[in-house]
Amino acid sequence: MTELVIIGGGPAGMSAALAAYENGVRDILILERDERLGGILQQCIHNGFGLHRFGEELTGPEYAWRYEERVRELGIPFKLNTMVMNITADKEITATNSIDGIFTIQAKAIILAMGCRERSRGALNIAGTRPAGVYSAGTAQKLVNMKGYMPGKNVVILGSGDIGLIMARRMSLEGAKVKAVCELMPYSGGLARNIEQCLNDFNIPLLLSHTVVKVHGKKRVEGVTIAKVDQFGKPIEDTMEFIECDTLLLSVGLIPENEISRSAGIDINRITNGAYVTQSRETSIPGVFACGNVLHVHDLVDYVSEEAEIAGENAALYIKGELKNDIDIPIETDGKVRYTVPQRITAKEDTKIFFRVANVYENATIKVYNGDEIIFKTSKSKVAPGEMQCITLKAQLLQNAEKLRIGLEVF
Amino acid sequence: MYDVAIIGGGVVGGMLARALSSYKLKLCIVEKENDVAMGASKANSAIVHAGFDAEPGTLKAKLNVRGSEMMEQVAKELGVKYKRNGSLVVGFNDDDKKIIEELYERGIKNGVKELSIIESSELHTLEANISPDATCALNAPTGAIICPYELTIAAIGNAMDNGADLKVNFEVSKLNLCNEFYEITSTDGDMIKAKYVVNAAGVNADSVAAMANETDIKIHPRRGEYVLLDKTSGGLVSHTIFRTPSAMGKGILVTPTVDGNLLLGPTAKDMEDKSDTATTADGLSNVLANCSETTVGINLRDTITSFCGLRAVGNTGDFIINSTAERFINAAGIESPGLSASPAIAEYIIDMLLSMGLELTKNEKFNPIRKPAHLFRESSVAERNRIIAENRAYGRIICRCEGVSEGEIREAIRTNPPARDLDGVKRRTRAQMGRCQGGFCMPYITEILSEELGVTYDSITKNGGNSKLITGKTKEGCER
Repeated sequence: MTELVIIGGGPAGMSAALAAYENGVRDILILERDERLGGILQQCIHNGFGLHRFGEELTGPEYAWRYEERVRELGIPFKLNTMVMNITADKEITATNSIDGIFTIQAKAIILAMGCRERSRGALNIAGTRPAGVYSAGTAQKLVNMKGYMPGKNVVILGSGDIGLIMARRMSLEGAKVKAVCELMPYSGGLARNIEQCLNDFNIPLLLSHTVVKVHGKKRVEGVTIAKVDQFGKPIEDTMEFIECDTLLLSVGLIPENEISRSAGIDINRITNGAYVTQSRETSIPGVFACGNVLHVHDLVDYVSEEAEIAGENAALYIKGELKNDIDIPIETDGKVRYTVPQRITAKEDTKIFFRVANVYENATIKVYNGDEIIFKTSKSKVAPGEMQCITLKAQLLQNAEKLRIGLEVF
Repeated sequence: MYDVAIIGGGVVGGMLARALSSYKLKLCIVEKENDVAMGASKANSAIVHAGFDAEPGTLKAKLNVRGSEMMEQVAKELGVKYKRNGSLVVGFNDDDKKIIEELYERGIKNGVKELSIIESSELHTLEANISPDATCALNAPTGAIICPYELTIAAIGNAMDNGADLKVNFEVSKLNLCNEFYEITSTDGDMIKAKYVVNAAGVNADSVAAMANETDIKIHPRRGEYVLLDKTSGGLVSHTIFRTPSAMGKGILVTPTVDGNLLLGPTAKDMEDKSDTATTADGLSNVLANCSETTVGINLRDTITSFCGLRAVGNTGDFIINSTAERFINAAGIESPGLSASPAIAEYIIDMLLSMGLELTKNEKFNPIRKPAHLFRESSVAERNRIIAENRAYGRIICRCEGVSEGEIREAIRTNPPARDLDGVKRRTRAQMGRCQGGFCMPYITEILSEELGVTYDSITKNGGNSKLITGKTKEGCER
């Protein structure tokens, strides 16, 4: 029996482990599938990480190292090159590596911190040929930053998610020509600062309401056909345009990797593709917690660390038998607010609610209702789907709460 | 000098090579691509048809039924996944019922066993997710599913294990009949000699036939587009579900695959370009719009990829298996049910070769058994741990989505016919075939390929030729 097993040694897994340690848990094991700790941050060599946490701009590996160094100092055990194949509702974990072979661990508590994967070309059903030269932006990032190879020289990027924007700049810095970034939506899903620093500073056009409708080239990409889309996202025939390129990078969304969570029977939210959780980040299976991009996709790693600390602290409470689950207040959304994390509150304490909106809204008022009564409101000059929002509900606001609804009022 | 040369490393060429390798013969398969199973054999419905579809009396009917009977045993010997899941042809009205009755009669004439016509209640008991509007179905329990490229690779691998040669990147440009043998020359100027030649060149079988002065054979490609769904959708149906063919077309079939995915397709569009395997927006939307005709609850959010295959449609309506020149056999126009018929086509061609005077002496050393590519994954935990203890590479998972280890990938590059590119590794191991489509594992597989093949990282291709993955190193810059 291991008290706490953490699946994933990226920023979420490491933060969770440290928080659990600081809250008295000593019997911890981190299982990491890669050959190093740090997760995707290893390949994010650009800076901008840690502004909220550390008040300075770190690169991905620097940010990860702050946590890894501490994990090593405290001697928290971890296994690398170890792939978790399965977990059960009884918290038995089956994993594989070269040294232990296939082995099982019985955990008292589990923290899911497996991160996410990129949506692939296939999931979009882009027509055309299937040549070399179509990569997800993260794969290209790995090739360039970790392996030292260029996936192409003339590039079109579909999707203006943050990785796509970062890769537009990265490819440009390495001498490639990025001809355009096409975005299906009328707004970018990336951070405003990335549009400025990664596209505008490099004179890369961002084509909003555009998509790639066809890939050309038998063996290697020779070009793509792009088109403007109408308000329903359908390509408009007479706007089709051929762009010659040897590479198509895709930054079309991230999907939490919850296959093993599903197999354990954990309830998964169809909007976030992550588990339903309480404010303690406990999933539908008691003692199984989730945090980071496996729970919902974050734009800032600082928030991942914060969320993981919540999961770590509460896993420690669970192990000690002190986790509070005395009330049950569900949180609903109005559609303009797409989702919240957590989706339920089970303890009357100050609670941070993270959420994303469905569209770009200006002059929006965020309102929290208990039944018909507004118990909290705050105004924002602009909210966008690419930027996660956060409000804090004080414990006293929850005194008489039964069912919360969070919505946006737009003027 | 080879006894027999087979032009085309698809399922027909592969099954023939494998069957011929049980005799004392020098064999060579020539394939124009960088790997085998690169044409219709890698992109089709993956079904072993029961045999009720073909017109009685045709080669298609005869060889389909015979092939379907042989397939289970062949698959077992070759270690290829095969599942007799049964086919259902679903009808919605009286017109459909009539056609189903015709199919039943045809099936009986063709010698298909266990056929029956079932009514709505039995149909919906068999398959909960069939459209509630369905009123009847043809039930063909002998219909089965198989992985067509796995079968082709295994057949050619087994032939090679038994002594056959394989030459890839050998595109035949000339056939020269000398007195006793043919000279077969490639576009690169390589040449092999063989006493007998079998043309199994798929969509290009007419061009190859023309090289032997046969110009009556005409093949045109018929495009079929497919959409593949994640394994989370694989359990939606257990049978292969066809819609009753009508004047509106054949409809879109819905079938589980042997690997547990759900496959939707195909479209059918006659084409001219024999290399145009591009998918089309129209084709894919046709698949997506019509797949729900027979089956409810298909979750298109589970789509992981789409692809397109070109069926080799001949100009006679039937398979064209004939000899138009001395010691030269055509296996042309092998469209559906070609995969199902392939073991029987091999048998049929061997009879022809025999009657042409090819001497067939049993090869005592012939081993019909091939180690299954998926043996490791399907072994018990204890057995896998024994293998990992012996070779640690089997404990290192490279493809997360399909759970494929480094050991299995290295094995695929070392086993006949060796994988030489990323797609080759994919078809042999399923690495890159899961929901992330290689996003995570591609850089690692490239590394393993470069190590195993002893070439640089940047020379690895997706599928041979100019399909390079890498255009150069970083810090090299490039002209702008």
